[in-house]
Amino acid sequence: MTDIIQLMHSAVIFGTVIMLGAVGEIITEKAGHLNLGVPGVMYIGGISGLMASFFYENAAAEPSGIISVILSLTATIVGSGLAGLLYGFLTVTLRTNQNVTGLTLTIMGGGIANFFGGMLSKYAGGVGKISTDAASSCYRAYFDFLTGDSTSNPLYAIFGYGWMTFVAIGIAVLAHLFLKKTRAGLGLRAVGENPATADAAGINVTKYKYGAIVVGSVISGLGGLYYTMDYVNGTWIIDGNIEALGWLAVALVIFTTWKPLNAIWGAYLFGLLYWSYLYIPGLTRSSQEIFKMLPYLVTLAVLIVVSLRKKKENLPPEHLGLPYFREER
Amino acid sequence: MSTDAAVEMRGITKSFGTVKANDNIDITLKKGEILALLGENGSGKTTLVNILSGIYYPDEGRVFIDGNETVISSPNDAFSAGIGMIHQHFKLVDVFTAAENIVLGYNESGRKYNIKEAAERIRSIASRYGFDIDPNKKIYDMSVSEKQTVEIVKALYRGARILILDEPTAVLTPQETDKLFDIMRNMKNDGRSIIIITHKLAEVMEISDRVALLRGGKLIDVLQTSRTDSIQLASLMVGKAVSLEINRPNVVKPEDRLVLSGLTYVDREGVKRLDDVSFTARSGEILGIAGVAGSGQKELLDTVAGLVNLESGTITYHPASGGSIKLNGLDPRQIRKLGISISFVPEDRLGMGLVGDMGMTDNMMLRTFDESKGIFVKRNEPRKLADKIKDELDVSTPGVNFPVRRLSGGNVQKVLVGREIASSPSVLMLAYAVRGLDINTSHVIYNLLTEQKMKGTAVIYVGEDLDVLMSLCDRIVVLVGGQVSGVVDARTTSKEDIGLLMTSYKKRGDLRSER
Repeated sequence: MTDIIQLMHSAVIFGTVIMLGAVGEIITEKAGHLNLGVPGVMYIGGISGLMASFFYENAAAEPSGIISVILSLTATIVGSGLAGLLYGFLTVTLRTNQNVTGLTLTIMGGGIANFFGGMLSKYAGGVGKISTDAASSCYRAYFDFLTGDSTSNPLYAIFGYGWMTFVAIGIAVLAHLFLKKTRAGLGLRAVGENPATADAAGINVTKYKYGAIVVGSVISGLGGLYYTMDYVNGTWIIDGNIEALGWLAVALVIFTTWKPLNAIWGAYLFGLLYWSYLYIPGLTRSSQEIFKMLPYLVTLAVLIVVSLRKKKENLPPEHLGLPYFREER
Repeated sequence: MSTDAAVEMRGITKSFGTVKANDNIDITLKKGEILALLGENGSGKTTLVNILSGIYYPDEGRVFIDGNETVISSPNDAFSAGIGMIHQHFKLVDVFTAAENIVLGYNESGRKYNIKEAAERIRSIASRYGFDIDPNKKIYDMSVSEKQTVEIVKALYRGARILILDEPTAVLTPQETDKLFDIMRNMKNDGRSIIIITHKLAEVMEISDRVALLRGGKLIDVLQTSRTDSIQLASLMVGKAVSLEINRPNVVKPEDRLVLSGLTYVDREGVKRLDDVSFTARSGEILGIAGVAGSGQKELLDTVAGLVNLESGTITYHPASGGSIKLNGLDPRQIRKLGISISFVPEDRLGMGLVGDMGMTDNMMLRTFDESKGIFVKRNEPRKLADKIKDELDVSTPGVNFPVRRLSGGNVQKVLVGREIASSPSVLMLAYAVRGLDINTSHVIYNLLTEQKMKGTAVIYVGEDLDVLMSLCDRIVVLVGGQVSGVVDARTTSKEDIGLLMTSYKKRGDLRSER
């Protein structure tokens, strides 16, 4: 029983990182832009929030958790927003190849984040010495009156998470409502499906694309922040884990068939699959790695099923990855 | 400014690079009239209406709507001025329903986004003008004519008083065209003003009140339709007297050349594209293929050319020397190895027909490169052929090595047809050979086909303009949803007969419902 609760708990925390990454990427892709820079954006989002909290908590005599949280949130929104803006400027305005630009952003984001992460470590006095306790404990605070003291209480698997876990679900639901129920959502979907049509219908295609890319990047960036503040308790580890999670987020977008609501359970499912190796006895270090592959395998399975069913609604936006020129005749 | 004018355009000039697409055009659309814009490809019709619909902004000139000067710098400005444009290539999102497409981008002040209520309003517009439309149907389930209906309703939903239709009949059957014209008359009687772009003279005569002629970016004349006729319009359009007659000599000694029987082809998505198609192409005859776009024309030619594999049926070739050869399952190379010359001018000229980045010479070589011995290609023969085609068909190109992609549509087609004819084929197949060509070039192509016919070639011609099919071909096969619904004698049939055949499914119901 404790094992199951532990597994569910790990899966949800793991899932929240990629859920945020994936919902951001869905919004971006709905505008017809395949941003393979999600891992880079998550890196940048993570390190900007961490730096803001770290410097604040180092400078203040008695750092307040709330202020530290607000500072880190702001820094993450600005940092990942700027990363999105850069990607948008390159792919929307300059019409560069989206795949190349995205991959470059991933490499650049990793470089920037690990550079500053290393710098912070040195500043803090060594690897693993970075600490942002005030912010991190505020991020990680959960409703212990609901779950009781013990982490083996079944309610712990449902409520024992920091508030961003629930914000992530809220963002996914909002993204769904936005895409399905609002005029702007209809416009955004039209931009990704057929920008010439949207243009002729009087929609400002460039504005929608920039908006979706920047908002999408900010949501993905929050995934990076959740990783640093909640998943690894407010420190920086140079192990490439954010990048691995970022690619899983991209895979999750395909798994969800571009529907934010599917990202909620899909992310948790990926988490379960990813961590299942810890609870299967008799695995060696190398056979564990096979289990970490499971999320990608189910994504492949979804791709095959979707392509067999040929339902147009499950396909990627028609203009995904293609630049739009208005005056091309 | 006159008060009965819905739109006045004054001194409109628009250049693309060094080309003046519109040169100082003055034009007026009166309230409650149907004005036809007539001109050949590249005469500036589409540019002119794109300026009105906010896609392009004019370099010079002013636009007045209902007598007030209006700046139209975006499609949104056009909507708010009451202008609705129905593009030739539909601007619709495939995975959206009709209603979603119609409300897309439309911000009604004070109205909440409510797709159900929008569907109600769409139904009421539809019943007012006689449209047939299901607001909840997805676009990808719709026929071309239904999609066009969505486009028109979209414009009306936004309160358009001025409608622009860019070649609306190009994709319709004669019956659908009649229905569209009825709706246009209803809209006109309701006080709306309509601009229709077309190059079909018969339609101009039928539907318009006045006709404006453009040539080379300039407005040539505006005429009352009732005081003109097709011959005068054609001459004004081309700039010199033209004959609309196509010379059609009688068939001499026809022999069965290509016998198709029971052809059935199912595409990769499991849709039956050809269903038990049987007919015979004879030497010295032009066999027309008529049908709404997508009725199996492309698949039919592809199977004969050996590009796709049939589900069932046989293709039998009868050489002039007698005997018979089965062509089923052979690819184009094997067919050529048997000494059978089947030439194919596909619809997609620069995709399937020619390599756009190569010059005329290299494109000529595509047919023959594997015939020369050794590892090096020989360019002499192809170059001579390219020169010959350039001279004989009057291809205007800077040189035979100039990339064909950069030639005009008419010249590209001359290169392709020239190459295909050069191999003296016994069967010549063409798909939409004159699409996008001006009247003169079209007639050059028609004459080439007739020449081939007189040489004893079996010509199969897939066309879209029924008037042309009826005056060029000897017999016409009509395709509907992959089935042959009839074979008629082109000399005695009428447009109505063909139109009926184009819509009559013989065995099963609507092909679309199978998807």
